[in-house]
Amino acid sequence: MTSTKKKTIFTAAVLLILLAACVVVDLTLPGYHIVVTVIKKATVYSLVAVSMNLLNGFTGLFSLGQAGFMLLGAYAYGVLTIPVAKRASVYQYFDGGAIKFSLPEIFSGALGDTVGTVAGMLAALLVGGILAALMAYLIGLPVLRLKSDYLAIATLGFAEILRAFFQWNTLGPITNGSNLLKSYPTFSHATPYVILAGLMIAFIVLLINSTYGRAFKAIRDDEVAAEAMGINLSKHKRMAFIISSFFAGIGGGMMAMYMGTIAAAPFKSTLTYEILLIVVIGGIGSITGSILASFLYIFSSEWLLRGLDSGKFLGISAPAIFKNGFRMVVLSVVIMCIVLFFRRGLMGDKELPDLLDRRPKKRKKEAAGK
Amino acid sequence: MSDNVLKIENATMQFGGVVAVDNLNLEINQGEIVALIGPNGAGKTTAFNVVTGVYQPTNGAVWFQGEKIVENHPQGKMKKLYKGEHDGEYPHVLAPTPDKITQMGMARTFQNIRLWKSQTVFDNVLIAKHCRTHTNFLSAALRLNRKEEAEQRRHVEELLDTVGLLDVRNELATSLPYGKQRRLEIARALATEPKLLLLDEPAAGMNPQETDELTAFIGEIRDKFHLTVFLIEHHMDLVMDISDRIYVLDFGKLIAEGTPAEIQNNQRVIDAYLGVAEDA
Repeated sequence: MTSTKKKTIFTAAVLLILLAACVVVDLTLPGYHIVVTVIKKATVYSLVAVSMNLLNGFTGLFSLGQAGFMLLGAYAYGVLTIPVAKRASVYQYFDGGAIKFSLPEIFSGALGDTVGTVAGMLAALLVGGILAALMAYLIGLPVLRLKSDYLAIATLGFAEILRAFFQWNTLGPITNGSNLLKSYPTFSHATPYVILAGLMIAFIVLLINSTYGRAFKAIRDDEVAAEAMGINLSKHKRMAFIISSFFAGIGGGMMAMYMGTIAAAPFKSTLTYEILLIVVIGGIGSITGSILASFLYIFSSEWLLRGLDSGKFLGISAPAIFKNGFRMVVLSVVIMCIVLFFRRGLMGDKELPDLLDRRPKKRKKEAAGK
Repeated sequence: MSDNVLKIENATMQFGGVVAVDNLNLEINQGEIVALIGPNGAGKTTAFNVVTGVYQPTNGAVWFQGEKIVENHPQGKMKKLYKGEHDGEYPHVLAPTPDKITQMGMARTFQNIRLWKSQTVFDNVLIAKHCRTHTNFLSAALRLNRKEEAEQRRHVEELLDTVGLLDVRNELATSLPYGKQRRLEIARALATEPKLLLLDEPAAGMNPQETDELTAFIGEIRDKFHLTVFLIEHHMDLVMDISDRIYVLDFGKLIAEGTPAEIQNNQRVIDAYLGVAEDA
């Protein structure tokens, strides 16, 4: 029992230190600083990666629809939060758009400016999540009968269709067609992102460790046995799919916040692959791994390896080699190395508290010694 | 009618042109241990799969505790292909999925062990409790179901104690020796709180000593949990030892039924399956 306590204290301490570090960064660095950007983006990616891990890693459903659900969340957030006064300029090709209200402004009227705006932003995020969840329910009806690769192809196709649909001109009064949505309120600091994503990831962790999470893992390990032990397969698969999509939707809304403008173009299947890459690097079935990998991936692709594209890296100046695109070459090599040396991802299926456990290798040696 | 726990009525299972189970009729009464034996490929496991909802019978019905739970008649292409009897006597279609049948109170083990590999012994049994939970996912995630969860954990510990696996509760299920994995599968089935336990070759791959232990164990749990047991087995020592009645299948057809003594002396069974002991 003491070891469980030790683990809880260890986890809480690590999380508190990280949160404190984030607050310090916010207080000392300006909002446009690269560290703040990395934290924001990595936090959003963490949330989406964890939501994907819930589906792919814990329930064993190989789905590639994440970008589609993020798109829904992002658009819902943008459409519902653009201030009424700015709608005319944003929707300039569509007569100011069809929607003539803005959630933050409605809430501001009731709750005062600051609280109201934040409440409106959160409400818009929530609406995005719910929309994604609803869509997941509908998509799930036909698609969840499929298995493994087929499910992946179907969900991937759905995401692409959704992206094309949002660019459709007829929907312009709502989605602004293929033009940008902009001028909506965002958080300029990193801490709100960290707290929001942290709370949602905490919920997912709690869910995974609850009786439903155990049922998900049973389905992943052996569907036939799970069904024979009274676990309703279609119900639980649908549940995992909807919950995962809900958080992907919210992640999409947060991504919109971080990017400042919304267009359908960034929500291509490439985005899903990036997230999938993060999940695999971190370890399929490890929440800690997904978060760690998100930060490592965003840190290296956005900051550390940037110099490779612009001629200077680690003080070495070689404009002939370090040209545009070289960053991706190096990143690919790094990823290949990770996949080669960490077959099951950085964390395998271990979580943060498991790091306190002694390594199995040592244990074997001890046993041999005895 | 109400005193039999399970009743299979004119069940036929036909795959394409192959009749795997042909017009099977059997009844199992409360508290009995009934064995289903027969040569390889006789259709024993298929009969199990029909009862537990894995397969939908081509024709016939299954009753559980006086209630009809499965019913079907030949449909589609099978209308022309159907070779069995009693065609047209079962107009309704009742086909619950295996999880529904488990929730009604029937639990099974598998011929080839199917434990959840990445889970510990304790979690394997605890997961089987999931079908008896009443909380929704929100209250489960927010830990509003503490009482139920604690109750389940306590029950799982009791179960593990009963089957003698409490000391390995934190081991991975697959790291256990074979005999213990079999026991764990039975414990997992018991966790779903069944009235009827179906064991598909529980002694497969066991040595004589383990088989003896298992024989005693099945009797014990039957008494302790007020179970009815239906089992498929090839170890005749075990079958003859614990069965109240035996059904014998050959090529999908029932060729005999009766007490162990009757079966041992039944010429058809001896010809088809038992054979003559060398030292007799």
